Amino acid sequence: MFRYYLKLGALSIRANPALSALMVAAIAIGIGACMTIFTIQHMMGSNPIPHKSAQLRHVQMDSWSDANPYNDGANPPIQLTYTDARNLLAAEQAVRQIATFKSGRIVEPEDPDELPYTVSGRATSKDFFAMFDVPFKYGSAWDAAADLSEEFVVVISEPLNERMFGGEDSTGRRITMNGDTFRIVGVLDTWSPVVKFYDLNNNPHEPVEDTFFPFSTAMANEYGNEGNTNCWKPPEGGDRAAFLNSECIWIQFWVEIPDQAAETQYMNYLDAYVEQQKELGRFPRPLDNRLPDVEEWMILNEVVDDDVSVLLGLAVLFLIVCLLNTIGLLLAKVMRRTKDISLRRALGASKASLFSQYIIEAGMIGVAGGLLGIGTTWLGLLGIRNLFNRFDFVEKLTHMDWSMTALAIVLAVVSALAAALYPTWRACQVTPASQLRIQ
Amino acid sequence: MEFGPIWRALLRNKGGAILIALQIAVTMAIMVNSIAIMQERATNMQRPSGMDEANTLTFASISFAADADLRATYINDLEMLRNTPGVINAVGTNSFPLRGGGWSMGLQTEPGEDMGGVGAAIYFGDEHMIETFDVELIDGENFSPEQVVFLDPDNFRWEPYVIVTEALAKTLFPDEEGSVVGKTAYINQNDPVQIIGVIDQLQAPWQGWDDVEHALFSPVKRAEGFARYVVRTEPGMRDELLPQLEEMLASADKTRLIRGAQTFDEVREGAYLGDSAMIKILGFVITLLTIITGLGIVGLASFNVSRRTRQIGIRRALGATKPAIMRYFMLENFMISSVGVIVGGALAIGLNIFMVETFALTPMAWWVVPVAMIILWLVGQAAVAGPARRATRIAPSIATRSG
Repeated sequence: MFRYYLKLGALSIRANPALSALMVAAIAIGIGACMTIFTIQHMMGSNPIPHKSAQLRHVQMDSWSDANPYNDGANPPIQLTYTDARNLLAAEQAVRQIATFKSGRIVEPEDPDELPYTVSGRATSKDFFAMFDVPFKYGSAWDAAADLSEEFVVVISEPLNERMFGGEDSTGRRITMNGDTFRIVGVLDTWSPVVKFYDLNNNPHEPVEDTFFPFSTAMANEYGNEGNTNCWKPPEGGDRAAFLNSECIWIQFWVEIPDQAAETQYMNYLDAYVEQQKELGRFPRPLDNRLPDVEEWMILNEVVDDDVSVLLGLAVLFLIVCLLNTIGLLLAKVMRRTKDISLRRALGASKASLFSQYIIEAGMIGVAGGLLGIGTTWLGLLGIRNLFNRFDFVEKLTHMDWSMTALAIVLAVVSALAAALYPTWRACQVTPASQLRIQ
Repeated sequence: MEFGPIWRALLRNKGGAILIALQIAVTMAIMVNSIAIMQERATNMQRPSGMDEANTLTFASISFAADADLRATYINDLEMLRNTPGVINAVGTNSFPLRGGGWSMGLQTEPGEDMGGVGAAIYFGDEHMIETFDVELIDGENFSPEQVVFLDPDNFRWEPYVIVTEALAKTLFPDEEGSVVGKTAYINQNDPVQIIGVIDQLQAPWQGWDDVEHALFSPVKRAEGFARYVVRTEPGMRDELLPQLEEMLASADKTRLIRGAQTFDEVREGAYLGDSAMIKILGFVITLLTIITGLGIVGLASFNVSRRTRQIGIRRALGATKPAIMRYFMLENFMISSVGVIVGGALAIGLNIFMVETFALTPMAWWVVPVAMIILWLVGQAAVAGPARRATRIAPSIATRSG
């Protein structure tokens, strides 16, 4: 029977080619609009390190002004002062901990004829790589001794290794940046988290840095910070030492917390630390320490752009319009066939069989709309990519994976079936032989 | 008029009509809110930065040699730039409008902690800033060369003179009727700065900032490893000069890199990329939506016409003229559309209130709802015109046939 109904459906669809095409196109366009925006929203907010995100915590403590609380008191500051970062790092109260900030560098090639060029850089501690499961192609992270003795060691990205050394194993080789000569200890393998979760200060979707070097080395050599610096109280003096001692926040601080016990333990430590700082006259605000994990951190930092949420809402409404359109057209089609239906009912067709017949017909339109919807989604993403083509990261955000493709088809079929319910129900209400009187 | 009969006929066959009205209503909600957002973004994009955008370019000089003489580079660079034919003036600064990054400080009229200040963007530079940024000094004076100092990285302090935008002056001294020149404000809580000049208008580097019109000049030459130059050229010379100046500076000193060379048009395009993309996407969405809704109306009207073929034939046989038939369908659509746009107006306003609260958008302008209503009425009438004309061609003789 199912195949027979498929055949009937195909006949009916072909009988009204313009109308059927309109229904398929409306569903395809509605699905395309929804899925384009949904794909981008999904990619923007997707968890970049799902297997471990709950264990990775950013440290937040309220070092801000009592008179003008940070973010009107809604949450503690999103970065740390140098004083606190240094103290927490030295205390080593978590399994792993890192203090980090962004600092671009200029590479001076060995060949004097070659022009120097800028690379992005990050000051961090050795735990960075183990904490964030960073894949290595060659070599490894530096060791604790390098952190302690402010060594000039560097881990470089795969693209930089490609550019400098043609992709071969460059561990042990030298690289001069801003006058400092570093020894390469490791080369990363391909690593491009969709969200650069460990530093959401600037663009949350920019690529990971090209160079990573010890935090201690960067501090000892006065490397500048490229992220945000925010102060509630002026530094007491005009030199660097005064800035480092100030209440200005500019450092990201992450800890690895494997379980509940570790979390309680670390929270206790933080509370004790802040109490101790309060005695020194710092931390005027009430105690408010927090350890958000990666997902909470992304929400707090509003990684998903508001514009995308607005567009997603409008896209869903768009799909609703397309479905109302389909319901109207299917209903009109049914109403024109009432004579047909009443005749079939008079000849013994049950409501159930009529129902399956029309639902199958609608399902066919849904599947066609869904398949075409994959095409329109692809076009939509292509359009978005063109609009933002001056940013590389848009590639990552407009990538339609298998789950999104499957979702497009499921959404199309479900919406077509939902659209078909009312017209089909109306068809089943036609009483047998009611329409045969005139003839 | 036939309002009554048409309305009653509609009520007897509600299903299809309600669906169209609903479709128009939701279309309207989307259309109104899209237009409101597009209008908000377009208004933002039209705000002047205050600079001579058509004739301004910028690039950065990044020194990397450990022993580089940063002051010498800074002085030489600016001298070369200012002496190039076609250049009106040039300045070394930390930022400029629409750059997206910069430095802001709180200003207050009384010294002391915890006062809560007025935010202002800081532009550092020398006495050439006013001409380079093409702002007009409406009160007071420009910096004198003696007031301008080089940055001392080991002992940063605020220089005691500032030039402020008129908007900043008004926020700082709201009750002042006369001149604010000579008045003192406090930066960094306790450091006094005297206002020596007021300029007409200049945006802060962040175009989305609430205090975007709050900016001030501080007379400091920041000869740092990272120096940003802004150059204003004679009209029409900019595009020709950009590569020439870049090459000139790069070859004059090899211990640094020239990066980020851009015309101000490119700066503006980058700053408003998201907004202009939003306008394009929403424009595309409402066009597509209008087409779909229009085609839906065409489809349903065609069905109605063919379903009512006999009925129309009878009316024609009983003396109804072709225009009367035409009018019937047009009026019927007008009534359905009216229900749609009224419900749609309510939906649109509700959605707008929700979006304003959730996403901090500006409430829409009053004219958006009536404009969307008129558009949708016209679309409905245009869509139904074709099927209605077909209805007028139904011969009265149809009435005599059975079935």
